[in-house]
Amino acid sequence: MTPQTRVLPDRLQSPAVRALRSWEAILVAVAIAVFVTNSFASPYFLNAWNLSDATFNFTEKALIAFAMALLIISGEIDLSVASIIALASTAMGVAMAAGAETPVLVLIGIGTGLLCGVINGALVAGLGLPSIVVTIGTMSLFRGIAYIVLGDKAFTGYPASFKFFGQGYVWWVFSFELALFAGMAVVYYLLLHRTSFGRAVFAIGNNATAAQFSGIRVARVRFILFLLTGVMSGIAAVCLTSRLGSTRPSIATGWELEVVTMVVLGGVSILGGSGSIPGVVLAALIMGMVTFGFGLLNVPGIVMSIFLGLLLIGVIALPRLLRRR
Amino acid sequence: MSLLKSREALLALAILVLIGVVAARFPAFVRPGNLANVFNDTSPLIILAIGQMIVILTKCIDLSVAANLALCGMVAALMNGAGVPLAVILPGVIVLGGALGAVNGVLVWKLGIPSIVVTLGTMTIFRGSIFLMTGGQWVNAHQMSEAFKALPRTVLLGLPVMSWMAIALIALFGVVLTRTALGRAFYAVGGNPHAAVYAGINVGRTQFAAFVISGALAGLAGYLWVARYAVAYVDIASGFELDVVAACVIGGVAIAGGAGTITGAVLGALFLGVIKNALPVVGISPFWQMAISGAAIVLAVAFNATQSRASGRIILKSAEAR
Repeated sequence: MTPQTRVLPDRLQSPAVRALRSWEAILVAVAIAVFVTNSFASPYFLNAWNLSDATFNFTEKALIAFAMALLIISGEIDLSVASIIALASTAMGVAMAAGAETPVLVLIGIGTGLLCGVINGALVAGLGLPSIVVTIGTMSLFRGIAYIVLGDKAFTGYPASFKFFGQGYVWWVFSFELALFAGMAVVYYLLLHRTSFGRAVFAIGNNATAAQFSGIRVARVRFILFLLTGVMSGIAAVCLTSRLGSTRPSIATGWELEVVTMVVLGGVSILGGSGSIPGVVLAALIMGMVTFGFGLLNVPGIVMSIFLGLLLIGVIALPRLLRRR
Repeated sequence: MSLLKSREALLALAILVLIGVVAARFPAFVRPGNLANVFNDTSPLIILAIGQMIVILTKCIDLSVAANLALCGMVAALMNGAGVPLAVILPGVIVLGGALGAVNGVLVWKLGIPSIVVTLGTMTIFRGSIFLMTGGQWVNAHQMSEAFKALPRTVLLGLPVMSWMAIALIALFGVVLTRTALGRAFYAVGGNPHAAVYAGINVGRTQFAAFVISGALAGLAGYLWVARYAVAYVDIASGFELDVVAACVIGGVAIAGGAGTITGAVLGALFLGVIKNALPVVGISPFWQMAISGAAIVLAVAFNATQSRASGRIILKSAEAR
């Protein structure tokens, strides 16, 4: 955001691919270090079922992080994702109370996410408003609607078949959420790194004006990215609601921060223009393992959030500090 | 300039209409005493909105203000518990708040990290620090001295001290922004950073100054908040940073930097304050407030954009923003 970073594009001189490779190499090293540390720190860590439980720490957030990564690479941001979860979960609760069956509930959850994405996308891409303010506004608006509907009450009593999405297992210790996480990682990898749409996302993030002149429909790509983020938040809402078995308006509070942390830790430039899906996958694994390891050691959640805050600033500050030397 | 003035006039009109609508059904709402109450209730928001507005002027954003407020409020309460006199606590929290703001400022200035990332991070770090200090314990009213609790409520010339502080800060920063070199630098840095550099303004240092001001104001608001509500715990003013940003956006402060006035930010805060105080009077559940402020932000930013588009400056602005 400082003018210097825009005036001097010396970042372009070093091959972006090499820089990304090295960042992911660091992440792999960190992941291994965290894994080994955890194995020594707690005797309960190296257990297939415990590790399987640990994946629930990050799968839902990572689903949103994939779409958020694309959005941030394109130079935008969506701070309303956690509120979309709250609204989608509330919509499912209302439908459930009206007697809807599981397939309808899932459709309503994802549909609400889609609708929220359309609203964000229309405001940012359609009207050309700054995404940070728009999504701070819709963040209040979406969760506010959940509060209007629910107040201080909660929806409980989801049908038994609905439990599968957050509590079911596909095979042995591999949960449905973990399978979904892996599947989506592949889908988003292909979308970002193997399609012209993905190239357009990078192009817009590096120079939106140049992208426009090279024939990319910038507004449409931006709209689609907000739509995707909304849909992924809707899917995350289905999983989370199913896992918790209840809906409160305060559901998923603060997740937008964790999702953005995950994306930035994964090596996506917050200024847009660079990043990769494998990086985000690694960041998700690291955050999940750290959270789980701290949990096993009885570290309170709020101390964990300090660590996440330090991590967020640290991973961005460190390369900048090293480059100055 | 005339455009900005008309926008603020419009906002003032909207607030008056809002008050008028409520008053039509509930005349007691417009009694001077009640309106003074509304202003007093909104004072912490006004104080934070002034700081936030200065930060936004420089193309940055400070999402850590509410956490800063909570941390400084807790420190004030703990100092009070340790028997430190109020004359030390008050400058103490302002310095502490300013120091926390300086942390944000240094990271933005020296490392060039985008302010949204820095302050998202420090937001959780500040809140977490309160937990580390207290272990999640509350400081309750009976643990605070009478003098500590009394200051914001002491009535001088018909208004509580908290209101007077807000008024003094509005006046002070109104002068700073329009009558000093630093004030012009804030606008210059946000309006066109490149031009600012050529004009001899240090962009990073100006942004640093903005964060220190925002932090110091949050520190002061922290004491006022804790003393007024007579309770301090980890989660006070949780999510308040959004209200503060909302006040600025509603007040016509451009999120891209360089444009906005103290009057606008204060009117934006008052708009939210009037809504918050009117809802229970009109008999609407307070659960509506969040959605209403969200809708107000979206409408305000859409309105601001159409206004600047009509002026014909949008082409330059958008090219600059990218």
